[in-house]
Parts: sequence; structure tokens; C-alpha cells
Amino acid sequence: MRLAAIRSALIMLALASAPASALEAYKVVGDAIPAPLGGKIGDLKRGRALVLDRTQGNCLICHQVPEPNEPFQGTIGPGLAGVGARLDTGQLRLRLIDAGLLNPQTVMPPYFRIEGLRDVAPAFRDRPALTAQEIEDVVAYLASLRTP
Amino acid sequence: MTAAGRALAAALLALAGAARADEIKPGSTFLSPEMQRQQQDQSRNPGYLWVEQGEELFSRRDGVSPTCISCHADPKQSLRGAAARYPQVDAASGKLVNLEGRIEQCRVDRQKQPAFGYESQDLLGLTAYVASLSKGMPLSVSAEGAAKPFYEAGKAFYERRQGQLNLACTQCHDGLVGQKLRGDTISYGIGTGYPAYRLEWNGLGSLHRRLRACSLGVRATQFDYGSDDYLALELYLAVRARDLPMEAPGLRR
Ligand code: HEC
Ligand code: HEC
Ligand code: HEC
Repeated sequence: MRLAAIRSALIMLALASAPASALEAYKVVGDAIPAPLGGKIGDLKRGRALVLDRTQGNCLICHQVPEPNEPFQGTIGPGLAGVGARLDTGQLRLRLIDAGLLNPQTVMPPYFRIEGLRDVAPAFRDRPALTAQEIEDVVAYLASLRTP
Repeated sequence: MTAAGRALAAALLALAGAARADEIKPGSTFLSPEMQRQQQDQSRNPGYLWVEQGEELFSRRDGVSPTCISCHADPKQSLRGAAARYPQVDAASGKLVNLEGRIEQCRVDRQKQPAFGYESQDLLGLTAYVASLSKGMPLSVSAEGAAKPFYEAGKAFYERRQGQLNLACTQCHDGLVGQKLRGDTISYGIGTGYPAYRLEWNGLGSLHRRLRACSLGVRATQFDYGSDDYLALELYLAVRARDLPMEAPGLRR
């Protein structure tokens, strides 16, 4: 099922023509997006702040991170301790940008997509949940989580 | 992804397991045992303050005539089970009305008074009072006949992804039941406990207020109180919860 989903996601990508949005373009290779978005360089510290932030990234409603002082961490997604050892930066980037490319039924929100969303609240409309720079910052932080 | 790809994804989502009717449990099941006891105890559940205010308003003679009770004598009998039949299609207008809407209708058409307004303390009190008269009774709303198109619209709303976080109600309230989301345990997302006293609100709130919180949670449009969208959704939730006991006024975190 998972392989089939990945394959069909790749076929759909191949069929997609030039991106219609103004977001930085990216290229999917296998299950990864190897090149940094817009050539930006991620900052680990800012990435950590974004992940812990309860309004912007809001990752902790669903995930646990190795931060013992953070209350109320979620159990919906996999724990992120050791994720930097499990996945390389390209794989992390794709999962943040649009995890639906791998798993159409995913609960993980697409953090860098504005198309195909419905009834978005006015305050969040026509902009991705994270900017290209912020995606790179979060990727840098996740890549640093190497201890399971 | 292409439009076809999105359609495929949506179709796959629809296949994702919905909870079976006999699995669905009341919202209070997901509270701590202490909060469950507190909800049951009229002297410790703050929602009963609103019930008492509603009861008073129901029979108050303050120059507004006729009073509710002058038409609804012996409400403990005459309105017992009424709340368990809402939302329903209003025969005269063909519109879907919930309990709040029915009470407002009596207020405006029969008492000739200005509407209380959604989420006003008076309407919350009256709704909580009338709902409490059905406590423990099985929810029994219809999805057939005139209600069918509303039911279908509510079901579609429940199943479609929405908001910047791109999540459907069903993904949390069927797929992730029992999981922790920021200190809350995700329930089946049904309305049998509303109006409910929520600690976070520090007061009583309607089901539509709770729905607005879930919409905001996924960064989706918050529809108006009493809007057609939320009414249809309320009907769908009620059909999903058919035969479950009414538990308003609920107590929630
Ligand atoms: C609404 C819940 C939710 C939120 C919010 C969320 N995620 Fe996820 N995430 C998931 C789920 C569920 C998965 C599992 C992937 C799947 O099922 O397709 C996942 C997968 C992942 C993965 C892949 C992990 C692995 O081991 O394969 C990473 C990395 C990740 N999320 C990071 C994040 C970050 C960083 C944020 C915040 C910017 C975030 N997630 C926000 C639910 C969420
Ligand atoms: C990201 C997950 C998520 C999504 C998506 C979501 N909710 Fe919720 N919902 C929650 C949480 C958490 C609560 C509070 C705990 C509980 O009672 O489930 C809640 C509570 C509720 C309640 C109150 C239940 C009770 O007994 O107090 C209802 C009703 C509800 N949701 C309906 C909906 C509807 C309808 C939608 C779609 C418009 C929706 N929710 C979308 C997470 C979600
Ligand atoms: C002049 C008489 C009158 C007054 C005053 C009145 N009602 Fe009604 N009410 C009715 C009638 C008649 C119906 C039945 C309408 C129907 O079923 O179509 C009704 C229906 C209802 C119902 C739905 C009952 C059911 O079984 O579906 C509720 C609840 C209700 N009224 C509450 C109130 C409240 C609360 C007030 C005071 C704010 C009030 N009414 C004032 C005449 C009145």
C-alpha cells in the first residue's frame, strides 16, 4: 500500500505541469526533496523555536520532541527523537513540505503548499504554514535530533 | 499534485475507516473519572447554574406575556425528550432548526420579543434547561425525508479536509479517537453534552462554539453561530450519535 501510494504520488507529480503558485519551486527525487528551498540555509536555533512554538509550527499538538520541559506533547505522529538519524535532510524536507505526496491519507499537515486547500481561515489564506526559510530552519533542527 | 491527484486523495480519505455506530461513545467517557463524577453531580457541575437560570426565565412573569410556561405547562413532562429530536426540519419554513433556533422562534413569533441572540446568557440558560429535561434519553433525530439533503451536506462537511492544516473532522474524531492532542483526549466529536460548561471558557457554551474552536484548530473558516453549515454538521453529528444518552449540561476541559 505504502509503496503503491509513493508510486502513484510520483506519477501524479510527473503529470503536474509547471507550478502555478508563487511559492519557491522544488524537485522531488524518490521520497526526498534534496535541494534546499530557494537555496536558503537553515538555522537550527530558529528551527527549534518554530517547532516548540504553539501557534506557528504547532508540531507538538501531534509529536513528541526530546524536550522534557515541554508540557502536553501529542501522540498522533511518530516521536521526533532520532528522526535526524532515520531520515536524511531531503527526506525530512519532503515530509514537511507536503507529506501527502507520500501518503494521500496523511494527518501530517502540508507546511509548504497553498493549492488544493479548502475553507482556509482569512488570516492564513494564500500563504504556506511555513515560509521557505522557516522550512529550512525546521529541517536543520530535525536533522540535529540524532539520538533515539 | 494535479486536480486528478487531489480527487484521488480525497476518495482515499473517504475510505479511511469511520467509526461504527456501535463504537461511538459519549464525550464524557473521555474525561477523567473525577470530572465524570463532577458532571453527574448537580451541585458540583457549574452548568446547572445556567439550567437554574433558564428554568427561572422559562416561568418568569416580567410583563412579557405570554411566558414560556403559559404555553408549555408542566415542562418536565411536556418538553421531556424534545431536545433529543433536534436538529429537525421546521415544517412551515422547510429550514433546519436546532434547539436554539426553536426557542428563538417561540421568542420572536409567539412572544413577539426581540431574539435573544446566539450565545447570549438567556438563550444558553433556556437551551441548557430544555436540554436537561431530556437528560439520559436516547438521541433520536431523523436523516430521512426533508432532512436528507441537510444530512448529506453535514456528512460531506465532516469528511472533507479543510483549513491550512488540511484536516477533516473524521481524521481526528474517527481516526485518532483516544489519542492525546495537547492535553485533551480526542473523543468521537458528538454534541450530546451541549451546551457544556468548559473550563477553558470559564462558562457555558453552545455546540456551535465548540465547532468554531475545532475549525480554528485546523485554521479553517469559522462559520457563524447558527449558520447553515454548522446546522447541517450538527444534524450529521446527531445522526452519528443516534441512541446515545443526552448528557447536557456537559462538563469539559
Ligand atoms: C495534526 C498532526 C500533526 C502535526 C500538527 C504535525 N505532524 Fe508531523 N506527522 C504527523 C503524522 C500522523 C505523521 C506520520 C506520517 C503519515 O502518517 O503519513 C507525521 C510525520 C512527520 C515526520 C516524519 C517522521 C518519520 O519518522 O517518518 C516528520 C519529520 C514530521 N512529521 C515533522 C513535523 C513537524 C516539524 C511539524 C511542525 C512543523 C509537524 N510534523 C506537525 C502528524 C502531525
Ligand atoms: C486536529 C484534530 C481535530 C479536528 C480536525 C477536529 N477536532 Fe473536534 N475536537 C478535537 C479535540 C482535541 C477536542 C476536545 C476533546 C474531545 O472532546 O474530543 C474536540 C472536540 C470536539 C467536540 C466536542 C465533544 C465533546 O463531547 O465535548 C465536537 C462536537 C467536535 N470536536 C466536532 C468536530 C467537528 C465537527 C470537526 C470538523 C469540523 C472537528 N471536530 C475537527 C480535535 C479535532
Ligand atoms: C404562545 C405560545 C408559546 C409560547 C409563549 C412559547 N412557545 Fe414554545 N412552542 C409553542 C408551540 C405551539 C410549539 C410547537 C411548535 C411546533 O412543533 O411546530 C412550541 C415549540 C417549542 C419547543 C419544541 C418542542 C418540541 O417538542 O419540538 C421548545 C423547546 C419550545 N417551544 C420552547 C419555548 C421557550 C423556551 C419559550 C419561551 C422563551 C416558548 N417556547 C414560548 C408555543 C409557545
